[in-house]
This record gives sequence, C-alpha cells and structure tokens, in this order.
Amino acid sequence: MTRFITSSFSHLILLIGILIMVVPVWMIFASSTHTSSMINMNGLQMFLGDSFYENYLRVLLYQGGFFKEITAFKMFFNSFIMATGVAILSVVTSLMAAYALVYYRIKYATLLFWIIFITILVPLELRIFPTYSVMAELNLVNSYFGLIVPISASAIATLFFRQFYKTVPDELLESAKLDGANTWRFFVDFLIPLSKTMIVAMLIFMFVFGYNQYLWPLLVTTSEQYWTVVMGLKMMSGSIVHRFAFVMMSMVPPILIIIVLQKYFIKGVFQDK
Amino acid sequence: MSFLDLKNVTKIYPNGTKAVHETSLSVDEGEFMVFVGPSGCGKSTLLRMVAGLEDITEGDINLDGKLINEVDPSERDVAMVFQNYALYPHMNVYNNLAYGLKNRGIDKETIEQKVNDAAKLLQISDYLQRKPSMLSGGQRQRVAMGRAIVRNPKIFLFDEPLSNLDAKLRIQMRLEIKKLQQKVGVTSIFVTHDQVEAMTLADRLAVINNGIIEQLGTPIEIYDNPKSLFVAGFIGSPQMNFLDGNIKNKTLSAEGFEIKDIDSDFEGEVKLGIRPEHLSQSENSLINLKVDLVEQLGSDNLVYGQLKDKKDFCYRCPGNLTIEKGADLSLNIENNKYYIFDKSTGKRVN
Repeated sequence: MTRFITSSFSHLILLIGILIMVVPVWMIFASSTHTSSMINMNGLQMFLGDSFYENYLRVLLYQGGFFKEITAFKMFFNSFIMATGVAILSVVTSLMAAYALVYYRIKYATLLFWIIFITILVPLELRIFPTYSVMAELNLVNSYFGLIVPISASAIATLFFRQFYKTVPDELLESAKLDGANTWRFFVDFLIPLSKTMIVAMLIFMFVFGYNQYLWPLLVTTSEQYWTVVMGLKMMSGSIVHRFAFVMMSMVPPILIIIVLQKYFIKGVFQDK
Repeated sequence: MSFLDLKNVTKIYPNGTKAVHETSLSVDEGEFMVFVGPSGCGKSTLLRMVAGLEDITEGDINLDGKLINEVDPSERDVAMVFQNYALYPHMNVYNNLAYGLKNRGIDKETIEQKVNDAAKLLQISDYLQRKPSMLSGGQRQRVAMGRAIVRNPKIFLFDEPLSNLDAKLRIQMRLEIKKLQQKVGVTSIFVTHDQVEAMTLADRLAVINNGIIEQLGTPIEIYDNPKSLFVAGFIGSPQMNFLDGNIKNKTLSAEGFEIKDIDSDFEGEVKLGIRPEHLSQSENSLINLKVDLVEQLGSDNLVYGQLKDKKDFCYRCPGNLTIEKGADLSLNIENNKYYIFDKSTGKRVN
C-alpha cells in the first residue's frame, strides 16, 4: 500500500512536469488551427479549430520578407542544407581530428586536444566579428558555404570520438597492421564501423545544432534567399495564426530526426554495447 | 644461416628501461621455440620485435635470409595470436579470417577456399557467420589461430594465447596448438610464463630473465641440466628445494648433513638444489623431514615439511604411500641427482 502511494506520488510529479512542457506547445498548435479574428477576440485556444489546411498552406507558400522573395518552403530548404552541412562536416572533421590526436605520434597531443577543447568556452558570439570579416574577405557572405563552414568545427564531437578511440585496444591496431592494413584502412575498416552508433548520435546532435543557429545566419546573409527557418521566426510578418503555424512547423524537422534515430542517439551518447 | 636469426638484439625504451640485452638466438625452419620467463622479463618485447610492433634499438633480425629490421610489420609475412585474441569485433568470423587476405589483393574465390580450409582444420566452419561476441573463449581462440593460419605466414608468433582460458580448456588447446603446428609445419615462437606449457609445447626452450636468455635447449636438457639458480628454480613443478651449504675439499656440508666426493673443484658458499621428485625414503638417510602437510594428487603425493633448521622442504612420492601429518621421514637423494650453484653468481658448479 505504501509502495502504491509513493509510486503514485512520483508519477504525479512526472505528470505535472510533462504538462508544464506540453501544454504551451499544444496551445500554440490548437490556436494555429483557428482564424486570426477568433484568436484576436478570444485569446489562445485549447481545442482544435477548422482552419488547419488553410493556415498551414498559406504559410508554406506565402512570399515573405521585406522584398517578398522568400517562402517558408525555401526557408525549410535552406535550414535543411545548413543543418545537414554542419552535421556532416563537423562529424567528418571531428573523426579525423580525433584519429590524428589518438593514433599519430604527435608531440603534445594531449595539450593540443585541450586547446581544441577550451574553444567550447569561446561561444560564436565572441568571435562573430572576426569570423564575419574573414567570410566577407573571402566573398562568402550570402552563400551556403558561408553559412556552414564557420560553425562546423566541433570540440564536443572531437572529445566524444577521442574518448572512444582511447578505449579501442591497441592489439586491434597491431593485429590490423600485421594483416596489412595501413593507416587509412585502419580508419575506414575499423574505427568508423566501430564508432557507427556514435557517428549517428553526433550527426543528430550537430544537425539540431545547425538547425537552431540564429545569430550567425542573421549576420552572414543579407539576401532573403538564404534565410533559414529560425531566422524566419523573427522576420516572418503576417497574422498571429500564421506565425503560430510557422512555429509549429519549425519544430518538426528536429523532432522527426530524433524520433527516427533515437535508438542510435541513446546508444551512442551512453556507449553501451 | 638459420630461418630466424637474432643477432645482439637490444631494446631500450625511450624512458631508459632496458627490456632486452644483446640477445642472440636462431630458430630453425619448422621449429617450435618457446620463450618462458616471469612477467616483465622481456620475452614479449622480444616477440614483438620479431613481429615489427616494437622498434629494435640495436642488433639485427633476419627472417628467411632477409634483414627485417626496417621492414613494416605488414610486409614481414608474420602472423601473431594475441593474449586477448584481438578479433575484429565488428566483423563476422569469415571476415576476420579473410581480412588479411583481402588486403593482400587475393581474389575472392581463393580467399573463400583458404578460409574454408582453415575453418575446417580448426573445426569452426559452423560459426563463420557469427560475430566474435557470440563465441566462447575456446572458439575465439580457434578463430585467432585461424586468422594466423589462413595467411600461410613464414612464422607464427603466440603471445601468451592460453592465459585467458580456464584450466581444462587450456590443456586441451595446448595439445591442439602442438598438433596443429606439427601438421602445418610452420616455424613458431610461443611466449608464456607457464613452465608446464613451455615444457610440453617446445622443441626448444629459451628461459629468459631480466632481458637475458639464461639458458637455451630442449625441455629435457633444461630440466636435467639447469645452468643457473634461476633456471633451476623456474623449471620444474613443484619448485626445486634450495638449501644453503659450504664446500671444502670436495665435501659439501649443509644444515644437518654432508655429501662427500662431490664432482666440483669449487670452494665456498653454495646453494644446493634438490628436486622433490629426486628423493626417496631409505634407512641410511641424509635428510630428516618433519611432515606439515600432504597434498594428495592421486598419482603422486606432495609432502611439505620442515628440516631441522626449520627450512621448508618438499618431497614428491608415489600416491600409494600413506604419509601422516607429523611423521618423521628419512630421505635420500636418488642417483646423486643434486645441483650445486655458486651462491654469489648463481652459476652451476657441479
């Protein structure tokens, strides 16, 4: 009986937590399915209305921005390119950096690693002007390349891969050497397959990181053609229901990716076998 | 020149530790050589230098008439079985065996042929599609051996491959390794700290201590004729008994007894070594043993006790003799099988 009470109590606390997180999201979603006059008169809604298709379709195809050059659809496309680019590029560079740090006989490899690692303490906002001026000098303002590259060096991913490589037994490398594997083959045939789950986890992590970027895309794009979804949230004009609909849609890609790949994400981050 | 030739090979680690001292050794084609010694004696380092996994500080290693000091491990045509097997965890057994062949650019059909032959030889054909994590210790061991065999290398190197197995499996695999080596006829070097493994597997044995080969010979030579105190103590189970003594005018006097007319001109402090199995009970005794403990192994009894001077002593007798705890035994050395070592240098003097 006491066990029933304690477990009900903890379930109650968890339920309250879930409600606190879910209710605002639900209210935005419910409200986004009404007409704007309804929201303006009666405030936020708890129940679904019947303008779902009308509102969402309008948002996807509406020509927004100051010059009416961008649609929500294009923003999703831009965000997708940027997030995918950041994810792939940062995972590839981190894999290689970690490989070099662990397996090459680099003097002061540990020191080098910590220098890479402390860049975590230097947020993008701190280096945003020099980074911008480099991009401007290279004529990369208003390009996907300029959106992706400056935020694609990830110390976190390097840390994860380095720690993982350190747990790979030396005998594996020695055995592979005797089997005729060179440095490149060992990387491709051993380390990449062995860190598969971690690679997927990092891809998800970096995808969401890239997708959520706000300040950098804001600075490095002046053409509306390169607006991303997160920028668009701020820039989007229109009535309140359309903004709500856009907010809802902006949450879909990261959630989708996490739902589909969550098995790998959990495996990779918590490293069980 | 023999098949594998080590000439004054020395290994000094960057931190200054000298692991191997000017070691010279030759191994004939098809021979099964065992390196045996306590842990940290340099036996594995020596093996890894042959494999190319450790740099050679000084000296030369020749394999099949070719100097291999600077040759990359992958080019040396050696195969190694590691202590923890080092199987590739993400590949199934088939690919574990095939990987080395693929890297050598051998065509698919030949690879399949070779892998299947090796699998049959090692009785692992049923597991070819399994991952190493789904295999038992003994099966993993076989896969590790298969990976070595399939490449048909010039030399097999075994780095304590049996130490992760339980006692029964170890004895079984020991037999299989020996049989396999005889069947395939590949030159092999086997590193172990277990003297029973060493004695049973070896054609020739190198007893290594502190980076030096103390003695090299067939197992029986080494057992019958140890050249130093270390070798005498290391080879043989239970261990040889050692007593302090003194030689004067060809007479050795130890605590409580004397041996006359010994075959040595040495004079001074010595250690007298007597193997537990070279003793027997007799009337005109040399040694008096007070029994503390009897271990009955069935075929033999191991009798532990103390001499007059409280020195621990062991005597091995046939299992059909009943010996009680607390008994006083009179023992004699059979056929004068005793060993005398210089106490200061540890060298044999008789």
